[in-house]
Amino acid sequence: MTESNTEYAPANRSKFKKIDMSKVGGSDHGQSAEDLPSCLQVSNLNLYYGAAHSLTDVNLSIPSQRVTAFIGPSGCGKSSLLRCFNRMNDLVENCSIKGSITLDGEDIYHRSVDVADLRRRVGMVFQKPNPFPKSIYENVAYGLRIQGVNKKRVLDESVEKSLKAAALWEEVKDRLHESALGLSGGQQQRLVIARTVAVEPEVLLLDEPASALDPISTLKIEELINELKDRYTIIIVTHNMQQAARVSDFTAFMYMGKLIEFDTADNIFTNPAQKQTEDYITGRYG
Amino acid sequence: MKQDATLHSHHISRQFNSDLEEIKNNMLEMGGMVEKQLTDAIEAIISADSGLGQLVGEDDASINAMEVKIDEECNRILVRRQPAASDLRLVLSIIKTVNDLERIGDESAKIARLAIELTEQGDSSKGYVEIRHIGERVRKMVHMALDAFARYDVDAALAVAREDVSVDMEYSSAMREMITYMIEDPRSITRVLNVVWALRSLERVGDHAKNIAEHVIYLVKGTDVRHLGLSGLEEQVKSE
Repeated sequence: MTESNTEYAPANRSKFKKIDMSKVGGSDHGQSAEDLPSCLQVSNLNLYYGAAHSLTDVNLSIPSQRVTAFIGPSGCGKSSLLRCFNRMNDLVENCSIKGSITLDGEDIYHRSVDVADLRRRVGMVFQKPNPFPKSIYENVAYGLRIQGVNKKRVLDESVEKSLKAAALWEEVKDRLHESALGLSGGQQQRLVIARTVAVEPEVLLLDEPASALDPISTLKIEELINELKDRYTIIIVTHNMQQAARVSDFTAFMYMGKLIEFDTADNIFTNPAQKQTEDYITGRYG
Repeated sequence: MKQDATLHSHHISRQFNSDLEEIKNNMLEMGGMVEKQLTDAIEAIISADSGLGQLVGEDDASINAMEVKIDEECNRILVRRQPAASDLRLVLSIIKTVNDLERIGDESAKIARLAIELTEQGDSSKGYVEIRHIGERVRKMVHMALDAFARYDVDAALAVAREDVSVDMEYSSAMREMITYMIEDPRSITRVLNVVWALRSLERVGDHAKNIAEHVIYLVKGTDVRHLGLSGLEEQVKSE
């Protein structure tokens, strides 16, 4: 519990304002996605794995510096969609994509796009923490070293900054040169997030980042997501509906490769517009 | 999204279905008890039956117990199920409705106490026509509001809100009449004051019935329509 020294006192008259009740009530408060600037735009996206049509006509604008969650049953295409954002699907054989995804107005599937550079701008964290079998320090410095940064001072600064951003600094500052594999699962996941933010991406993709973690580590990751959204646009795929409700500003519900509903998390979890969404989040799907 | 009364079944978890069904049924049962209590309280005044008034006062304990029990069940569902969307709205509107029902119970107990006092004060029946009339109207409002809840009926809920406006008007005119009685015959003041308290309680019952109707609209439509006034409320309900 946080300590508070606040004392109770009667309110000042200036606290009372003329309020239009019709604007207070209802579930429409909060900004809608269209009102916000968007850095990632998906239009008419179709994705095929061979003959299987995995994503159908997806149109979506991801609001910048907000947390967007993708929810839906297994196989609904949420991870496939997430992987489109940094072209992870390029690695899958006979995967083909129609339609477009733009990052800051540029088509990321254009021939001129350097995929390595794209993946620096759009970082990704997976379900299972995957630290490299190196020291904690080298894990975080890895991305910068690849970019050719070798100055110790620059690297030191970046490692500290990134570990602080990932809320891991206090726990590991005295053993930066020990193996990353000695960290707990939750710490490893935060280390991977630190490694991702070290190269200063614009977008963070999180694919079930907390599903292999215990509840406390999960809460730490969620807390971290909340802090990171001031600087990054975050997209998270999660099976845990309560988690989506806790961390996301916007929520997209997907089903059978289609985007069924995209709205503020408040609307999705209290008053969804589509019956399919309602059935899924209340546990009637199946 | 438009909802109907069968909505809160069909969960994958059958236990969840029956938990939700149970709190709703318990709330409606509590509503039935409160309605009966209110009817008896009005009857106790009109027919100067202090025995009945006594009984109504005693009913209050079981209604209070019902409130605590339903609240506990709702707490349990919130903690264990983390309901969302219409399930969440059902639990929230039940918690609020139960609160309003308990207050109607309190008002009824108050009316019953006044019935006992009025009976002891003798047999003048000034103001009884008003009590009977307003009493019957608010009793119907409570009934309609609970019926609207049971059937997820927004139109019926809207009718309750409309009725409340007209009950409030009738209450003001009854008040003016009571003041006239007191001016005409100051010896009647003690007695007429008791009638005034009873009318006041009935008017409050109408307000609580209107609150329940608003909870029904929130439950079905997902929009909070409190404090909008009748026209604002109608507007919200019409906008789909």
